[in-house]
Amino acid sequence: MIQHLTSLPVLLPMLAAVILLMPPCGKSIAIRRVASVVLSIITFLASLALLLKVQADGTQVYAIGDWSAPFGIVLVADPLSTLLACLTALLGIVCVLYASAGDDDKGSFFHPLVHFLVLGVNGAFLTGDAFNLFVFFEVLLIASYSLLMHGGDKKNTRAALQYVIMNLVGSAVFLIALGVLYGVLGTLNMADMAQKVSLLQGDDVYLAKIGGLLLLVVFALKGALLPLHLWLPNTYATAMPIVAALFAIMTKVGVYSMMRVYTLIFGDEAGELSHMAQSWLWWLALATIAMGTIGVIASKDLRKLAANLVIVSVGTLVALVAVQTVEASSAAIYYLVHSTLVTAALFILADLIGRQRGNVADRITAGPPIAQPRLLGVCFLIAGIAVIGMPPLSGFIGKVWLLKATLNAEYTFVFWPLYLLASLAILIGVSKAGSTIFWHHQGSVQSNATENAGQERVHPAQLVALIILISGAPLMSLFAGPLSEYAIDAATQLHDFNYNIKVILSGGQ
Amino acid sequence: MELLYASCVGILVSCGVFLILRSRTFPVVLGLTMLSYAVNLFLFSSGRLSLNKAAVLGNSTQYADPLPQALVLTAIVIGFAMTAFVVILAIRGRADLGSDHVDGLVLDKNSDKKNDKNKKGKV
Repeated sequence: MIQHLTSLPVLLPMLAAVILLMPPCGKSIAIRRVASVVLSIITFLASLALLLKVQADGTQVYAIGDWSAPFGIVLVADPLSTLLACLTALLGIVCVLYASAGDDDKGSFFHPLVHFLVLGVNGAFLTGDAFNLFVFFEVLLIASYSLLMHGGDKKNTRAALQYVIMNLVGSAVFLIALGVLYGVLGTLNMADMAQKVSLLQGDDVYLAKIGGLLLLVVFALKGALLPLHLWLPNTYATAMPIVAALFAIMTKVGVYSMMRVYTLIFGDEAGELSHMAQSWLWWLALATIAMGTIGVIASKDLRKLAANLVIVSVGTLVALVAVQTVEASSAAIYYLVHSTLVTAALFILADLIGRQRGNVADRITAGPPIAQPRLLGVCFLIAGIAVIGMPPLSGFIGKVWLLKATLNAEYTFVFWPLYLLASLAILIGVSKAGSTIFWHHQGSVQSNATENAGQERVHPAQLVALIILISGAPLMSLFAGPLSEYAIDAATQLHDFNYNIKVILSGGQ
Repeated sequence: MELLYASCVGILVSCGVFLILRSRTFPVVLGLTMLSYAVNLFLFSSGRLSLNKAAVLGNSTQYADPLPQALVLTAIVIGFAMTAFVVILAIRGRADLGSDHVDGLVLDKNSDKKNDKNKKGKV
């Protein structure tokens, strides 16, 4: 059992999804909800157990079918990938819990699809094989296509169609990139690829470069980096908010893949090809931050606002990936966890606020007062402070850390002003949204009172889900010490070329 | 053989890209299919092109690389599922949006009138 622990974050969601499709769960929605929540908690516990084991015993490598490293597919559980698997499983719990309040009934198969999505995301985090990464990308994408359509209207169909077409083209490019790299390197195991890249000579170097940069296009599409980010605001704003909250982890899969590929395969040791994507990533990241910030100010409703904040966080993360130092990567890991939790919380808040404002929904205009202004207001305040990056919450720590990490980067004089201006703009955008929604009311008190009767109050399950996400920001600030140590540890290992090669290719021992 | 193979992949890709850039869903779906064919052929060639070589070790001194064949098989299965999904989605989009434009906008005035008539007829 213990030796198979590494595969559990991938296997358990799959089993969970299958169980949820079976008769006793398939028939009754109540049983399905309970089973789904319990199964997602089990997945989370398994991921947590794996994290503790990795902390105690170092990186775990699991050879699927006992085919050893360069030939078979391996799952690699290092501090970074297990942390992200835990984060995914946590988001899974939150999503299932929140949807159990009623959203899951709007279409069929909501719960199995969430578990399939968690399967795909966890697989993408844990795999050590480039083609397997593609397969898990497809698993998470097809789950996301269906979730996107869940309970959707006409607007939703259009966004989904564009999203699916974009991603199918992305998959084709991914395969071409893998074909080029396999043709040149003769292997698809990431550690083995990293070893062979430095041995390339002559024209093969350029072919490998083409392959590597094609991969950049794919990851930029998944992660919503600048020229390929246009699908994101519409998709996230038209999806059901809880689905959008779950999708908050999906852009991070793109960023994570960039981290892996451009620090391990095309990193320090890659000879002529080392750091080949760095300059692309850096400038695209800066442009993404600028674009996302403009989007934040221009957003007309809360969900668009949150979607644009996702874009800003992706830009920030990619800028850190481009710096490619241990410090920048550790800042990126901390910021990644923080931004995922906070943006997910904002999507959920947008939904809850929208439900209590009748026809005005989550548009940022004056409308009927909210039924539970204290609860939602406090939550919005916490999420807002965290996402802007004001003390004392996790956003501030992340921001200071990333500014410090980019201090010695080549073009810091562009990044610092841009990033600080962006923060100011986000501060203005978020506080404008908050003050308009919570303080500007329209209509008489009497009519509001009758309207309030029809408004939904926050369901206990929704409240628990919201609290789990919102408490992330203060907790990450309270336990910043151990967390940052963990992040530094994970980043050190990410950048330790020889250790990675040795551990992965020798099967963990 | 290399030239034939390469030009075949190239023509498929260029046709696919051209079709994907069209505004209606049907050509786009066709384009995606063509692109995935091209990708499958391309993947297949990444194990080098060779004649009369089995992909089984031990039966002959020369053998073809079996891995790209496995990769292509995976890619075909995934591509098939995705194409099926996008076809269904395109049909649903046609029904929901009343037009088969990828952007969901009706640019053509004639088709606009037709749609209106259709809607009236249904009502």
